[in-house]
Amino acid sequence: MVFLSYLISGLSLGSVYAIIALGYTMVYGIAKMLNFAHGDVIMVGGYICFIATTNLGLPVWLAVILSMAACTVLGVVIEGLAYKPLRQAPALAVLITAIGVSYFLQNAALLIWGANPKMFSPVVTGTLQLFDGQLTISYVSLLTIAACIVIMIALTLYINKSKMGKAMRAVSEDKGAAQLMGIHVNRTISTTFAIGSALAAVAGVLYCSFSPMLMPTTGSMPGIKAFTAAVFGGIGSIPGAFLGGILLGIIESLAKAYISTNMANSIVFAVLIVVLVVKPTGLLGKYVPEKV
Amino acid sequence: MKNGKKINSAVLKDYLTYAAVALAFVVITILDKQGFINNSTRGLLVPICCYIVMAVSLNLTVGILGELNLGHAGFMSVGAFSGVVASLSLAEAIPNPVIRLAIAMLVGAAFAAVVGLLIGLPVLRLRGDYLAIVTLAFGEIIKDLINALYVGQDSAGLHFGFNFRNNISSINDLHMEEGAKAIIKGAQGVTGNEKLATFAAGFVLIMITLFIVMNLVRSRAGRAIMALRDNRIAAESVGINVTKYKLMAFAVSAALAGAAGALYASNYASVKASTFDFNQSILILMFVVLGGLGNIRGSIVAAIVLTILPEALRSFENLRMLIYAIVLILVMIATNNPRVKTLISCIIPKKKGGPANE
Amino acid sequence: MKKNRILAVLLSMCMAMTLLAACSGGSDETTAAATDAATEAAGGETEAAGADNGDAAGTASGTFKIGGIGPMTGDAAIYGNAVMNAAQIAVDEINAMGGIQFEFQPEDDEGDVEKSVNAYNTLKDWGMQLLLGTVTTDPAISVSAEANNDRMFMLTPSASSLDVIDGKDNVFQVCFTDPNQGSASAQYIAENGLATKVAVIYRNDDAYSTGIYNTFAQEAAELGLEIVYEGTFTADTATDFSVQLTGAQSAGAELVFLPIYYTPAAVILTQASTMGYSPIFFGVDGMDGILTAENFDPSLAEGVMLLTPFSADATDELTQHFVSEYESRYGETPNQFAADAYDAVYIMKAALEAAGCTGDMSAEEICEALVAVMPTISVDGVTGTGMVWSETGEVNKAPMAVIIENGTYVTP
Repeated sequence: MVFLSYLISGLSLGSVYAIIALGYTMVYGIAKMLNFAHGDVIMVGGYICFIATTNLGLPVWLAVILSMAACTVLGVVIEGLAYKPLRQAPALAVLITAIGVSYFLQNAALLIWGANPKMFSPVVTGTLQLFDGQLTISYVSLLTIAACIVIMIALTLYINKSKMGKAMRAVSEDKGAAQLMGIHVNRTISTTFAIGSALAAVAGVLYCSFSPMLMPTTGSMPGIKAFTAAVFGGIGSIPGAFLGGILLGIIESLAKAYISTNMANSIVFAVLIVVLVVKPTGLLGKYVPEKV
Repeated sequence: MKNGKKINSAVLKDYLTYAAVALAFVVITILDKQGFINNSTRGLLVPICCYIVMAVSLNLTVGILGELNLGHAGFMSVGAFSGVVASLSLAEAIPNPVIRLAIAMLVGAAFAAVVGLLIGLPVLRLRGDYLAIVTLAFGEIIKDLINALYVGQDSAGLHFGFNFRNNISSINDLHMEEGAKAIIKGAQGVTGNEKLATFAAGFVLIMITLFIVMNLVRSRAGRAIMALRDNRIAAESVGINVTKYKLMAFAVSAALAGAAGALYASNYASVKASTFDFNQSILILMFVVLGGLGNIRGSIVAAIVLTILPEALRSFENLRMLIYAIVLILVMIATNNPRVKTLISCIIPKKKGGPANE
Repeated sequence: MKKNRILAVLLSMCMAMTLLAACSGGSDETTAAATDAATEAAGGETEAAGADNGDAAGTASGTFKIGGIGPMTGDAAIYGNAVMNAAQIAVDEINAMGGIQFEFQPEDDEGDVEKSVNAYNTLKDWGMQLLLGTVTTDPAISVSAEANNDRMFMLTPSASSLDVIDGKDNVFQVCFTDPNQGSASAQYIAENGLATKVAVIYRNDDAYSTGIYNTFAQEAAELGLEIVYEGTFTADTATDFSVQLTGAQSAGAELVFLPIYYTPAAVILTQASTMGYSPIFFGVDGMDGILTAENFDPSLAEGVMLLTPFSADATDELTQHFVSEYESRYGETPNQFAADAYDAVYIMKAALEAAGCTGDMSAEEICEALVAVMPTISVDGVTGTGMVWSETGEVNKAPMAVIIENGTYVTP
């Protein structure tokens, strides 16, 4: 029974990682850049939802929508101001710019919202008691897992069925050729950032419901974990990010419970290394043969 | 003939770099003796030396070998802690601080090189962002391992303990004799370190680093490493041993980072594993990218500028880090956006004429 | 082409550098000028003041420059900002009183050793005569080594490890040392029969937390308390405690001892309540402030016990004055870090007056004078009455056990 509760806490943590990783992987797939500022967009999403519910007294659903809208705008603005001028630049230059954006967001949040942590009220409260109270599952965990699955399915459908999704796949395959086919590459990339940032807002709300301490640096650790999850599953692949996130959460939780709390992070990373050495493109990553 | 001339000019540039570094050292030392240098600049000298070595050594993997490494601070950490163990445990045997510092740096370099080789192995199978995440993972693992490490010394020698499942929670759990010395106290790190580092030691380390890296780049091995970067398959097809050269680049880079770590650690009374985290790796990567991939001189300048920048911005008080972030983004855009670049080159006429550009 | 790019990089960096140099140089000059003016003005004032009450008992006079070091950005920013805000209040109050005058300059160290030593050097250039800081333990160890070397008087409000003061006669603490708190907690639990089965969740990459845990564990073993579960976490894993809490619950712990700061403690309380696990939670001084976290549901902390030297709800005049002043200036309730810093400035004032220092003395002279008087003075502050110091730098004040009821501290 204890095992089951460890498993469920791992599953819900993993679902949050998965939602963040979905944003990471979409942006990577299309813009071919590691957006290290993604974690900080999560933090901004959390803060906006906090302000909307606590300070403005809005209902939770409205707050979530508001925070998604704000993060979408933020994502598009960041893309337009910081990343767009570097479209032709080497990947590493974009990476460093993303880190600059991440510093910027953290320090702007510190100035706007202060250093004092804010306690985020979970979007849903209460627990589900099973087996005569031996197993307790919080509704937040259930909501997180459900949200993750819904988002995964919706995103897969969007990418595979919609016109914009088709454009995204084309741009990720070959930017130049896509442009020649009349696809508006810049607009497609902006849309991807918008979707990724909206997902980050959802992730922020769910993450803070689970771990309620909201600070300007809240986003950095889940950001790194989600990056790991995205690579674990094969970066650029949407089911891969989902699988990677879930597995990462479960491994982390079980390693903490049964092996060592000190080494839990290391164990996650060690598993990652082993997986990558065996399967160099991640669990579901596509193998692209090198051409001379 | 043209070829010969090119090599000469390259070698000449190397000499100029050495001369510039030596000149900077002499000028700063003289200014310091005359009392022209304030405390905050003096305090920055050793960290700047360490960061220069870190940046140059990372440039070897990222710029010259062409593999993204997000865990360079891990090597620094290994070097720092092995160096501190060496210098503190030899405190009685070798009272001379200069010799002890040299030993610490050598030990740090050796341990880091071994770790570099270990990390280099998976590198052979991975590329690009997958490699980047593996180096990141190794950096985090090194941090966790050192966080769990306890080292103490008594008359019987060094004692090691590893806190895997809360089995050790203080140095007393190593069961040492009365009056034993605690060197590394787990996650609290080193708390009683001796300050051995000097600017002169930093200068010597920079010169050694430049000598090793520049000669490596100009050597047969260096050309092989660059060939791997430019086109691995083509390089392999002309008989370049991928394993050997990749591992060589990784190990040399790690060893230099280890020596820099040992120097860095010996500049402070307390050293903690969490200092050498992902953010530290990123900071060093920033030096390399800003200075230009493969550009050794650029790395040096970038390391100096980016270490001084946050200190120079102190008068902005709480806006300091925000301005730092904005400057960073603007510099990246200014140096990489084609339109901005043309604008800059219009405003500032080129110093040199044609020959250097051809 | 490539050369061009490199050239462009270098040129633009040079530009950035000159720009920055110009900026910082300019502002340096202005600050220097401003400081000069301030010192002159203050000098004039004190001369006048000296003429007025030449017969008064206090012999200390002049303006003293206090430097403050603490994390004002990054993870630990709450602690650094609390310290700097409170110190500023104390400095303003003292300046308004007339007599001894202070100038206070806070510097950010991001909680990092290297940055902290840099901040220390910057403050030395500014002309610091007394150091208030550093706020966090690891930087404090390195900075105290530097301060000991330079003979700079250092009073840390909150760096509680013994390593900070160990072997340094010029470094003093306002907060308790870690061992002190660990044994006091174990004694309190045993004496009041709160529990026999105890679980501990502590942060093992933190000197403060492990320090308290170690002495707690030793003392607990002697007093017959059984530690049934030990959970650890690090800065990187301070967001999810469901595993540790499940472990404590299944081990049957009646009391969970939390020798940690209030930020992770708030997460623990929230997650425990989500799980439906409600043992007695027992904290130490780092736990103070939990009720001030914005939007924290005080019902989660109902029944939490903690040992703390400071309570914002205390009814004495001094505390109420400090709390209302802090609230009106910064819009938050001060935590124990703020209280320690507020006291620290008054302690400096008391010590300077006792030693009869003057503002024109050098940092070394002040340091030697203060080292001599620190063990002899006794100060009443918001974190304790009759605080006295040992020659090693440890403070002696009584911790107070409080229990949280209806969102306020109640003495049981």
